[in-house]
Amino acid sequence: MATNPMHQFNVYRIGPEIKLGEIDISFTNASLFMVVSSLAILILFNIGSKKNYLIPNKIQLLAELSYSFISKMISDTAGSKAKPYFAFIFSIFMFVLFCNMFGMMPYSFTVTSHIIVTFVLATFIFIGVTIIGFIKHGIGYLKLFVPSGVPLVLMPLIVIIEIISYLSRPISLSVRLFANMMAGHTMMKVFGGFVISLGIVGGWLPLSFSVALTGLEILVAFLQAYVFAILTCIYLNDALNLHH
Amino acid sequence: MANRINFYLILFSFLFYKEAFASNEGMPQLNPEFWISQIFWLTLVFGTLYVLLSKFILPKISNNLETRKSQIVENIGAAEKQREESDQKIKDYENIINEAKIEAKNIFNQAREKISKDINNKKESLKKEIDEEIKKAEAEILDLKNKSPEKINKIAIETSADLIKQIIGTEVNSSNISAIVEDISKKNEEKYYGN
Repeated sequence: MATNPMHQFNVYRIGPEIKLGEIDISFTNASLFMVVSSLAILILFNIGSKKNYLIPNKIQLLAELSYSFISKMISDTAGSKAKPYFAFIFSIFMFVLFCNMFGMMPYSFTVTSHIIVTFVLATFIFIGVTIIGFIKHGIGYLKLFVPSGVPLVLMPLIVIIEIISYLSRPISLSVRLFANMMAGHTMMKVFGGFVISLGIVGGWLPLSFSVALTGLEILVAFLQAYVFAILTCIYLNDALNLHH
Repeated sequence: MANRINFYLILFSFLFYKEAFASNEGMPQLNPEFWISQIFWLTLVFGTLYVLLSKFILPKISNNLETRKSQIVENIGAAEKQREESDQKIKDYENIINEAKIEAKNIFNQAREKISKDINNKKESLKKEIDEEIKKAEAEILDLKNKSPEKINKIAIETSADLIKQIIGTEVNSSNISAIVEDISKKNEEKYYGN
């Protein structure tokens, strides 16, 4: 008994070992679930956009509601200038959401519960946003670190804090998603282990906890994808519309 | 007994749980063995997803939404137009109804006038006939009235002559009798024919 609750996060090779020079890029279970999530997204939205009925059917409605949901989120947080980045934010949101949701299936693997995956996504967003900021505002983008209306005496301190908070964005963004997914899944595993160990007599309590946790985790899966996407929008907003 | 065993089992599972964290394996997330592989596959898969979504699927969805929007606007426009048309038609219909009502009234009034004229004409002609009849009757009555005293006198003279002849046995001169009768009748005339 007592299966290791961290066992579910193990990455293992599927199929042969693939090497690119000295680097191991084998196809793993993580890769498999990335592919599965992406395929699910592509299939769903392909079906949803294939035929244009005036009164949409269920899948078409789902695709169009998602589209207008993200579109509204972007225009609310980053304004109309963020329109060219719609496809990227849409892909980010859908990818994270589907990876989270596929992770909720028993015996599956949660891609987003690995710090390296979320960190790569967050770093990519961070670098992209910084580049966009410098392209749009030139060296003036550095004004982001100099808030207006701050006493001159406090300025060095504030600037240092702003720079640190800016640089910690990819870490906070990635750790938020990774930690949420890992903690939730570990907790579910632990309660699942309790159901077995307490048996028929006392197992009902952790079982009911497990059921409740599943609902909570589905909520968290959606919420974290949403948070990830909306934070991307907010960072993008900083780069596009320099407010300071 | 079973409960006690279960209790120990929980305790052990906690111990194992702690041991799992403390074990050499630790968090698989921090094992860099497959990091490069994950980065590689993430870039590949997410890049493909982004390209496919942005090039093929999202434009189609946005196009669908646009066409639906424009179609809805068009339909609303058409509905508005048709509503205006129907309003116009209702007005036309009401106008026609009103005109028809006025016409009907006119026809009714004309018919009434005609009928009342006819009735009046007939009344008048009837009145004339009646008046003529009345006049004729009055003339006849007057004639009779005028003639009647003479006749009465004649009858009175004859009857009185007869009576006298019967009573006395001799014939009296009729001129004498007529004189007396006329005298009496003239006296009575005022009584009967006087106003």
